[in-house]
Amino acid sequence: MLTRSGDAAPRGPRRPTGTESPWALVWGRFRHHRLALVSGVILALLYLSAIFAEFLAPGDPQAYNARYTFAPPQSIHLLDRDEDGSLVFRPYVHGYAVTVDPEAMRRTFAIDPDKKHPLRLLGRSEPYLLMGFIPMQRKLLTIEGQGTPLLLLGADRLGRDVLSRLIIGTRVSLSVGLVGVVLSLAIGLVVGGLSGYHGGLLDLVVQRVIEFLRSVPTIPLWMGLAAALPRDWPPLTIYFAITVILSLVGWTELARVVRGRFLALKTEDYVTAARLDGASDLSLVFRHMMPAFSSHIIAAASLAIPAMILAETSLSFLGLGLQAPIISWGVLLQEAQNLRSVATAPWLLWPAAAMIVAVLAMNFLGDGLRDAADPYAT
Amino acid sequence: MARYLARRLLLMAATMAALSIVCFAIIQLPPGDFLSARLAEMAGTGDTVDVANVAWLRAQYGLDEPFIVQYWLWISGVVGGDLGFSFELRMPVAEVIGERLGISLTVEILAIIVLWAIAVPVGVYSAVRQYSIGDMAATLFGFIGLAIPNFLLALLLMYLSYIAFGVTIGGLFSPEYVDARWSAGRLLDFLGHVWAPVLVIATGGAAQIIRILRANLLDELSRPYVDTARAKGMAEWRLILRYPVRVAMNPLVSTVGWLLPTIISSSIVTGIVLNLPTLSPILLRSLLAQDMHLAGGLILLIGVLTLLGTLLSDILLAWLDPRIRLG
Repeated sequence: MLTRSGDAAPRGPRRPTGTESPWALVWGRFRHHRLALVSGVILALLYLSAIFAEFLAPGDPQAYNARYTFAPPQSIHLLDRDEDGSLVFRPYVHGYAVTVDPEAMRRTFAIDPDKKHPLRLLGRSEPYLLMGFIPMQRKLLTIEGQGTPLLLLGADRLGRDVLSRLIIGTRVSLSVGLVGVVLSLAIGLVVGGLSGYHGGLLDLVVQRVIEFLRSVPTIPLWMGLAAALPRDWPPLTIYFAITVILSLVGWTELARVVRGRFLALKTEDYVTAARLDGASDLSLVFRHMMPAFSSHIIAAASLAIPAMILAETSLSFLGLGLQAPIISWGVLLQEAQNLRSVATAPWLLWPAAAMIVAVLAMNFLGDGLRDAADPYAT
Repeated sequence: MARYLARRLLLMAATMAALSIVCFAIIQLPPGDFLSARLAEMAGTGDTVDVANVAWLRAQYGLDEPFIVQYWLWISGVVGGDLGFSFELRMPVAEVIGERLGISLTVEILAIIVLWAIAVPVGVYSAVRQYSIGDMAATLFGFIGLAIPNFLLALLLMYLSYIAFGVTIGGLFSPEYVDARWSAGRLLDFLGHVWAPVLVIATGGAAQIIRILRANLLDELSRPYVDTARAKGMAEWRLILRYPVRVAMNPLVSTVGWLLPTIISSSIVTGIVLNLPTLSPILLRSLLAQDMHLAGGLILLIGVLTLLGTLLSDILLAWLDPRIRLG
């Protein structure tokens, strides 16, 4: 069967079934994969919260307050009683009653039922810059009452708000995967494409390099490279260096997929026809072959993102990846490194929950995309 | 067989050479060299610096020579068993490694055994009883293995055993057995500790194997030969284990070498989190301290062990399955 390129999609009025564009067919298949659809929505929400992180985070992620070390999470009460005893919708949280245990030298937090701090949607806050350049003075959720922090997911060792840090960390953690995959994809497309399209000696060399990279355990390799980064580099440089290191291995899988596709397509009749028609190598690759497997590439790339996110988290957790003041899920989990912290403050594990949700959603989405990638398969 | 072996050995030698260059590059990457780092540290603490000693060390390691000469000095030392000197631990690298290598290998081999012992029965069961509760549980387990990195699994296991039983797991020996000689008591103590890391390492790999085995076996189970055997009245489980399982296992066994890098990687992370007396915490420490000779030596050793393991499993396979020899 001939595979049509995306250009041949019908334009203008809708034709009868059978002549729908390949992308419409892909979408039609994808739609039936419920789990993938739900995952897509979850991921869209996660990425949206990464974009609008400063607006969503109730507090300043870097602000610390030693009085609230390991303060437990507050719970939101939706209904409040008025003076006359009737229930009204007025969300509030309780304040903390802090007592210091002189023997254990530990603060114990109790909920103080007398202190009620109403919550306000879109309330005023300290001025801040959304995405680093839009000045704003309102946040999604603010607390009324001076001096009491809003700690919906508790506080860490330095009394910083775990929820705010989690939301801000989403930005780095989710983008590491994207940037890394874009890099891997660029390398994988060029190398895999050349290797599959040209074959011969080049193919042989590329295959050996890929085999080598796959035969070496990745974690020690990554650890070594990450540890070799100069300590005095600015955070942003470190961030990009880490994504480059992760891509060093990540590209092999994508190159393998691209090469395989090129090998399979090279002997297709329509490619031969285009070649006999005098099409140049470039136009052969970009106009005729690439459109036929771009959906496969998207699927393969989407399955590579979660692996990158896991790798970044593992490296940062070990202290070899990103470092404070950068906030990523892995950096946050460093706080949960020893059992004592986790036992006193289990809420430090929330970043892990976020990561599991994100990684699972990406895998389901990738599976759905892969199943939908070839709409002509039966 | 001899030709296959020769080709494989040749390929491995080339891979090892490439690996050693990568490792040496890692050693060289940080700005400055280990001596200048050490000197700065000694000057900072007010230690006296023996100028002659430093000059001798510089010459010994060829620190002022070009990359290729330094590499040659290093690699010829490595081949002769001299992996360099750890400036952090003030011990030869070979000694540091020798102390812990045995335990590392033991934990990894145990993990591989447990991995197969879990993955194969579960994979077979979940394919034969497709969509049963057990199958769903296996699928769930698979997703957990997919989404939870090893460090988190180890952390969760520590946390859960702490809140459930009040026991802290970690390490491989109780304090009284750390430096003791091997005895029945020490062995029991070891077994009482080793299950946690073994379980964590095995879980990560098992998830992947279960998925592949289940998919392969499902394909095989619908083949006509299965129906034929069933029609002839063969006992169900005997039939399944005798024919389709053997076929479905084939692709798994032929890629068994690919599993090794994953196992090694996860054992490193697990070893660090659970603070095992293996090579892993040393690797992390040396990397954090930029004690690059130790780190490079360790990474090289881990890589070489992985390659050897892969070679061993390939030879085993070529011996077991005559069809593979030509490939």
